[in-house]
Amino acid sequence: MDLDIVALSRLQFAVTALYHFLFVPLTLGLSIILAVMETVYVMTGRVIWRDMTKFWGVLFGINFAMGVATGVVMEFQFGMNWSYYSHYVGDIFGAPLAIEGLMAFFMEATFVGLFFFGWDKLSKVGHLVATWAVAIGSNFSALWILIANGWMQNPVGAAFNPQTMRMEVTDFFAVLTNPVAQAKFVHTVSAGYVCAAVFVLGVSAWYVLKGRHLELAKRSMTVAASFGLAASLSVVVLGDESGYLSTEHQKMKLAAIEAMWETHPAPAAFTAFGFPDQEARETHYAIHIPAVMGLIGTRSLDTVIPGIDELVKRAEVRIREGIKAYDALQQIRAAGSTQAVPQGVRDAFENGGTDMGYALLLKRYVDDPRNATPEQIAKAAWDTVPQVAPLFWLFRIMVGIGMLLIVLTATFFVLSARRRLDRHRWLLRAAVLAIPLPWIAIESGWLVAEFGRQPWVIEGVLPTAVAVSNLGVKTLLITLGGFIAIYTTLFIIEMKLLLKVIRKGPEAEHAPDVGEARSHVPPVRAMAAPGSSS
Amino acid sequence: MILHQLIDYDTLRIIWWALIGVLLVGFAVTDGFDLGSGILLPFAARTDLERRLVINSVGPVWEGNQVWLIVGGGSIFAAWPQLYAVSFSGFYLAMFVILTALILRPVAFKFRSKRGEPAWRARWDAVLFFSGLVPALIFGVAVGNVLQGVPFRFATDMHIHYDGSFFAQLNPFALLCGLVSVAMMVTHGAAWLQLKTAGPVAERARLYGSVAAVAGIVLYALAGVWMASAIGGYRITSAAQMTGPSNPLLKTVELHAGAWLANYAAHPWTMAAPAAGFAGLLGALAGLLLRRPVLALLAAALGIAGIILSVGASMFPFILPSSIDPRASLTVWDASSSHLTLFIMLVVTGFFIPIIVAYTTWVYHVLWGKVDEEAIREESGHAY
Repeated sequence: MDLDIVALSRLQFAVTALYHFLFVPLTLGLSIILAVMETVYVMTGRVIWRDMTKFWGVLFGINFAMGVATGVVMEFQFGMNWSYYSHYVGDIFGAPLAIEGLMAFFMEATFVGLFFFGWDKLSKVGHLVATWAVAIGSNFSALWILIANGWMQNPVGAAFNPQTMRMEVTDFFAVLTNPVAQAKFVHTVSAGYVCAAVFVLGVSAWYVLKGRHLELAKRSMTVAASFGLAASLSVVVLGDESGYLSTEHQKMKLAAIEAMWETHPAPAAFTAFGFPDQEARETHYAIHIPAVMGLIGTRSLDTVIPGIDELVKRAEVRIREGIKAYDALQQIRAAGSTQAVPQGVRDAFENGGTDMGYALLLKRYVDDPRNATPEQIAKAAWDTVPQVAPLFWLFRIMVGIGMLLIVLTATFFVLSARRRLDRHRWLLRAAVLAIPLPWIAIESGWLVAEFGRQPWVIEGVLPTAVAVSNLGVKTLLITLGGFIAIYTTLFIIEMKLLLKVIRKGPEAEHAPDVGEARSHVPPVRAMAAPGSSS
Repeated sequence: MILHQLIDYDTLRIIWWALIGVLLVGFAVTDGFDLGSGILLPFAARTDLERRLVINSVGPVWEGNQVWLIVGGGSIFAAWPQLYAVSFSGFYLAMFVILTALILRPVAFKFRSKRGEPAWRARWDAVLFFSGLVPALIFGVAVGNVLQGVPFRFATDMHIHYDGSFFAQLNPFALLCGLVSVAMMVTHGAAWLQLKTAGPVAERARLYGSVAAVAGIVLYALAGVWMASAIGGYRITSAAQMTGPSNPLLKTVELHAGAWLANYAAHPWTMAAPAAGFAGLLGALAGLLLRRPVLALLAAALGIAGIILSVGASMFPFILPSSIDPRASLTVWDASSSHLTLFIMLVVTGFFIPIIVAYTTWVYHVLWGKVDEEAIREESGHAY
């Protein structure tokens, strides 16, 4: 891939999104864990639970700041680097982003201040309300962002308007209830919960290994293990739902993930292992598990899943249809309105309109898609195949880690239930080593979803290559370098601070708070039997 | 859906023009004082404790304040997609500089007091100063460029082409507008510090804030005179298609001397905007000098609102004029979202803005009073 505007713009978006997505999942999950811990504190009056909330809150705060810092860039980058995209789909895509700000981010950001600064200024319940507002706000944030992203994968409820040369919303309800968006939301949010759970579990396990802060660490592990187990099961169930929906909406992505070059008779086999070869259009050394793919993808024994070769043929047909629609559009634009052209042209536009995006795939090779040669059409059709090998592997990394984390959280759930959290040192060590795993899985999953969408920025509607701003290569290199430098520096500083806070531990918080709490012991705490922990 | 036909397309466009104004004023009035406090940090606070007083005065609220900017950006995307596309890509490097500041700011707040070394803290203090100054300055510079017209045009498929450069954007008139913006935010920040702190910090804020208020009045007047005498202004020469499709290329536009003053002549009540700009800054000056911080804060907010609204009033119905292809200029009538989207977004915004104002007010109420020096000395890990 040579470094043209398109490649640089994509790289910049990928870098900023990848960085942003390092912090968001932890925020999503940790905000809920904090709210749960504080709820236990308010309900039982046990001060240890407030100490836990405060300690994990400090880590949450450091992470949250980075999430905010990287999120602002995401919001503005559509206009900066993807101005044709912004023009082309802003009528639909802008709305969920704006609603995200109004409904979710405002709440999250306003109450996060109270979370940190309101401990002495609010009643217990008042502070709990603030904590829950942060948690609910961050999770609603994810909902709206994924409604926007879901629309990029499955653009429902919109139609092209020749007079404004852009997509306009026809059915907003369809955009909101987009099944792809719903599945993605629960899948992504659950993954965030797993991420935070594994983080809390791992850090607490480290304390147990060191024999420090055992009260706090063990309680935290109990919360993390149960929350993490529920969430990791939910990730898999909803991941399966996403797979099912891809069969319907993004057949090419599914075929690429499976490296399925040819259409196989139903139910198709699942390729557990192999080396996909884009050039030869086959997968070397493939190991197949019969029928599994057909079952996951179609939930039936007799529905055929099309392979890559067949999908390319279908794309070629759609490109030819798209060219007719493109031609009709030019006539409508020349005439000034849809009413001013003959019925035949109108029909050609209306019937082929959904394929017009396919004609735009030719813009890489020719200015006017109507002048494309058969070779260019064949090339553009082949362009609809994303890079198979990375998708194949990233998907398997994601799923493998997902399964592993179910085992991990389930193990600690059982240990916690039997009060044996500190019995097996090797398990505690495994929990510490597992801390980076959710991030690897999450970034892989993000790559599968977005890299697998190529060459489209809006599936079937707008090719990525057409959507960029007309910026200079030099300008893009400056900003790309700038973002990478700033983000990397901040990331290193952030890691150091997190480690410093973890190493220091919650002690400084704990001591004065216990003394203070004794002076006004809440009635619930006074009634609780002294030995009954957690 | 037929519901959206309840409100005419042209009415919705006007409402959304006004709503973007509300969001931008919301941003400048709330985030304005914390950006201003950041600019004042090296001047109003000398010792580490004083610095932490300043930082903690805005610590709990700046994050929520900045969301006004995010929501402003998102709403422009949703309601004025072409404005979003043209301005964000056109001011590309300027936006990058602002983003750099906005990336560093949250981190600086959070990281600054997490370590004790003076060098570490001094570095983040410098970041807080620049990340307050840079957005305040560049937003003003951007407005200065918009008033002069921005060099963009559309290809037939509506791809945007841009002929300007970052350095051309740093022209004298634009820099003057940038200084107006800095002066008004410093005034506002000074009023905030006078309200939230006591002792030497409040006294220094009073001094620097008064200077900023006077500078703001003078610079704003100068910008007004400059605009009236030397900046052209644009006007639509074809019949207005107020409910037409959002396609800027369907009209004709000419550069016309004095066009930016036409609205004030035609509708004298619009003079209220610049009048509020001057009156607000004067009120802020009086409040600061008389040590009446609430008056100063409210007056500065009025001044900021007046100054921003005066830009809108001068340019209406233009939003982003093009200097190289005037007919490509974006106006209220031809750069909006579809009728349906504008309606949906109005319902959503109308529902949420009162809720946002309500809980934001509650948060400020909870945090009312001077910054607690004890909490900072205690090093509890939660104060910045």
